[in-house]
Amino acid sequence: MTVPVVLNVENLSVEITVPAGTLHAVSNLSLKVHQGETLCIVGESGCGKSITSLAIMNLLPSKAKLTADTMSLEGRDLLDIRESEFASLRGDRIGMIFQDPMTSLNPVFRIGEQLEEVYIQHGKGGRKEARERAEFLLEKVGIIAPAERLSQYPHQLSGGLRQRMMIAMTLMCDPAMIIADEPTTALDVTMQAQTLNLLRSLQKECNTGLVLITHDLGIVARMADRVMVMYAGRSVETGTAVEIFEKPTHPYTQGLINCIPVPGRTKPGSHLGSIRGIVPALVGDIEGCMFRNRCDHVSEECYSGEIGLNEISEGRAYRCLLSPEESLRNFKLKGAA
Amino acid sequence: MNNQSLDTTDDRADEFEVSVPSPPELMKRRAKSHIGFILGGSVVLIALLVAIFAPVLAPADPYDQDLTRRLIDPIWGAKGTWKNPLGTDALGRDYLSRIMFGSQVSLMIGFFAAAVSAIVGSCIGMIGGYFGGRIDNFIMYLINVKLALPGLLVALSLVSVFGGSIIALILILSFLFWDRYAVVTRSVTQQIRVNDYITAAQALGTSHTRIILGEILPNVMNQIIVIASLEMAVAIIIEAALSFLGLGVQPPTPSWGLLVSEGRSFMFFKPHLIVLPGMAIFLLVIAINMMGDGIRDITAPEGRN
Amino acid sequence: MKDQISSSPEKLPPALECRDVGRTFMIKRGMFAQKQPLKAVQDINLKINRGDVLAIVGESGCGKTTLAQMLLGLLQPTNGEILLDGQPINSISIKEIATKVQPVFQDPYSSLNPRKTIEQIILLPLIVHKIGTVKDRRERVEKYMRLVGLPKRLVHSYPNQLSGGQRQRVAIARALIMEPKIVVCDEPTSALDVSVQAHILNLLQDLRTKLDLTYAFISHDLAVVEHLADSVAVMYLGRLIEFGKAADIFSNPQHPYTRALLDSVLTPDPSLGLPKITLGKGLPNPLSPPSGCYFHPRCPEATEECHQHTPVLKDTGERLVECHLH
Ligand SMILES: Nc1ncnc2c1ncn2[C@@H]1O[C@H](COP(=O)(O)OP(=O)(O)OP(=O)(O)O)[C@@H](O)[C@H]1O
Ligand SMILES: Nc1ncnc2c1ncn2[C@@H]1O[C@H](COP(=O)(O)OP(=O)(O)OP(=O)(O)O)[C@@H](O)[C@H]1O
Ligand code: SF4
Ligand SMILES: [Mg+2]
Ligand SMILES: [Mg+2]
Repeated sequence: MTVPVVLNVENLSVEITVPAGTLHAVSNLSLKVHQGETLCIVGESGCGKSITSLAIMNLLPSKAKLTADTMSLEGRDLLDIRESEFASLRGDRIGMIFQDPMTSLNPVFRIGEQLEEVYIQHGKGGRKEARERAEFLLEKVGIIAPAERLSQYPHQLSGGLRQRMMIAMTLMCDPAMIIADEPTTALDVTMQAQTLNLLRSLQKECNTGLVLITHDLGIVARMADRVMVMYAGRSVETGTAVEIFEKPTHPYTQGLINCIPVPGRTKPGSHLGSIRGIVPALVGDIEGCMFRNRCDHVSEECYSGEIGLNEISEGRAYRCLLSPEESLRNFKLKGAA
Repeated sequence: MNNQSLDTTDDRADEFEVSVPSPPELMKRRAKSHIGFILGGSVVLIALLVAIFAPVLAPADPYDQDLTRRLIDPIWGAKGTWKNPLGTDALGRDYLSRIMFGSQVSLMIGFFAAAVSAIVGSCIGMIGGYFGGRIDNFIMYLINVKLALPGLLVALSLVSVFGGSIIALILILSFLFWDRYAVVTRSVTQQIRVNDYITAAQALGTSHTRIILGEILPNVMNQIIVIASLEMAVAIIIEAALSFLGLGVQPPTPSWGLLVSEGRSFMFFKPHLIVLPGMAIFLLVIAINMMGDGIRDITAPEGRN
Repeated sequence: MKDQISSSPEKLPPALECRDVGRTFMIKRGMFAQKQPLKAVQDINLKINRGDVLAIVGESGCGKTTLAQMLLGLLQPTNGEILLDGQPINSISIKEIATKVQPVFQDPYSSLNPRKTIEQIILLPLIVHKIGTVKDRRERVEKYMRLVGLPKRLVHSYPNQLSGGQRQRVAIARALIMEPKIVVCDEPTSALDVSVQAHILNLLQDLRTKLDLTYAFISHDLAVVEHLADSVAVMYLGRLIEFGKAADIFSNPQHPYTRALLDSVLTPDPSLGLPKITLGKGLPNPLSPPSGCYFHPRCPEATEECHQHTPVLKDTGERLVECHLH
């Protein structure tokens, strides 16, 4: 039994023209999301996570240029369709949740109106059905007294509630694909756990594909079916969550895992692992490995040529010249008990 | 200490480190490629030099009358001579010298009116923005009262009461202008005040004066300079207008507005008498405006990236 | 480390102590509304021992920053008192407080004046306090830049030329140049990437042992808190609901809210699923806090008593808990 692919992107590149030259925000990125699957994209600030999601949604700023070999949603080609067709897909077949829900909820309309609008606009039914659907979903996202909430304005809700509203709004048309860009970063930890739980159970229930963008390794470990680690606009390692956390193969992934304090694993007060150096600016062409200035295993060869993706198995790859064995030998969990 | 956590002490720059220009460098770069700023700035600079060195540069004493050589044409006219390159006026005074000395009056009034109002207005604005609360309410009240006054009428009546000495003009114009600075600096200060570096300074026990002058003022300075350049241009025009009406600088002081006024009766057969000082006013005001726009572009904050 | 602290001589007063500290803001909602009291911090009792790291945790808006500002002498408590080295803080001038307590803030972008060079920023405390000659000051700036791991070539740079981590190091250097004994860190790493966070946490640890510092460390990341703290204060809606040794709190949390907080920590372990948090959804309004225990609308274990009566803070020696269950 094969699960159908919902989102397929091959060799996506995004270039942005900035005063200093061309900024390679995303380079040759490929990803595949199956039905009901969660792909977590993790990486540091500025590595191109948001640009990737905006590229998929066709919402890039005008000075950005997109190239790709393939980009398809449920088998439908996204590269060759007009903006108006894309607009009808957004909110219907593919939805997006942003970090700050305030920026995607309109402050002058009631919550209910905004939810219903999505439904009606995509021709799913009339006002009455829309209302029913909205109330149904609000109950699903755990909001008590949905009818009352629907008549409120966004600013009258707390951050956690607003994020739930966003989730409900994204689900109005039962999309095949949801892209969530740091959906819980602005929330408190208890609210974060609850919101993630909700997102996950709804996603499994509706069999929706989910791309979850985050910089929090804890969220990745708990939410992801598959993981893509991004660095400097490139995917540097992909694999299942278990593979990534138990056998991280790229020196960057290894560094990240050792950077964070983990209750029960790192000894309180001990030194955390750290990655030296700075993230490269993505302006202009750089040969060789983008991580070499921060890598402990750097060699001559890392300075030239194109470092390709090293495929270990289906869906498991990493972008480094070291062999998997060599790389794993170098890896030791910091402060492991 | 563990070396690993300190590896950025390494004085070698990282391979991928890009040099970002510092704010002063960035301004310098922008200034060099801003045509309006360069053009306007040069004209203002020339005017300034002429004003300062007028006693040396001017071919004659601007007050020296020679009734035998009245209303001589400028050099390009039929009877022009090199003795008076721009001719003479109705009292036989050298017109070039009078225009050169006239720049002193215009620049002095323009500069000091802009400066005095900048100091007063910005202090008021920053104090209101920084302290907030009752103090701010009071300052808002002052600003509103000022905005409700018919400025030009008040200025005219003040001039007629206190006369048209240069100092009186400067003070009256400053009174006309201060509110603009106050409004802008107040709102900018309100935004700056919530920054953590202000809190950090407060946590050091820094005095309010030092915080306002040392931490806030450098961040408001651009706006102040931009407004000042615009107000300076306006001040020069108002001075000319008042002098033209006979309310400003009194004869025989050479002021451009006064020169135009005096040349009025000869408008048809000696047009240069009003065209030349008029052009001077026009050029200086345009140049100052170009410079002001330039400063605004040059000091515009750079993005975070 | 920790043993050393618990055996510290009893005679010395704690570095910082809060006695029934509260702060009420009068806020006005709408043009014609009456001013309403907002109790941002209420009846806080806690002690920070010398050389300890006290972590203050709690959700957004629970009063952490307000408390920190009071510890820095920037805000006056509306009731209760804060003792610095056993002396009431309101009897000390802000300049003297500044020599003992210094802050480090969350946002490395807003904590440095964009119009000043790094040297000018780190120098400011010395100038304000008129310490040393020009040459002494230069040397001291260099020393502290080295200490926090800033390369010397950056002295004349401006903040916009630095990375987030470097900026935070500048903020730390500015705080330390006065040689304070206590540093109040308000979420010092939450705006940073994890790899930069690790550098800053390591640095804070190193500086602590090297300079014998005491930290009040505000954070919402419990993994970081566990890593760094000796004692933990948990706040909810302006109240201190649990306080104790970090090891005790993490191994045996007693207040239901603390338990929920600990359950919400997502360790990077893919074999574990998402935690089921059963907190009610009724987020409290600080302007009209719930009756009885402030936490009861969200508490999975609330009883009738919790609706009716405010629990009192129970002091069981090492541990303070404010809950009817204990
Ligand atoms: N509108 C824009 N103009 C110019 N450059 C941009 C723009 N948006 C993003 N970039 C650049 O593109 C790169 C990738 O940005 P992106 O927002 O995707 O990062 P990110 O991984 O989402 O980071 P974060 O975790 O901070 O959200 C960055 O170097 C950024 O500076
Ligand atoms: N100056 C003020 N005037 C009025 N209310 C204030 C003021 N400062 C804080 N508050 C209120 O006091 C409460 C506590 O705020 P505080 O900033 O201390 O929370 P916090 O715990 O630091 O939150 P966060 O984690 O979001 O930083 C909030 O409800 C806030 O709105
Ligand atoms: S390619 Fe070289 S520099 Fe890049 S991660 Fe691998 S070993 Fe390190
Ligand atoms: Mg982003
Ligand atoms: Mg805070």
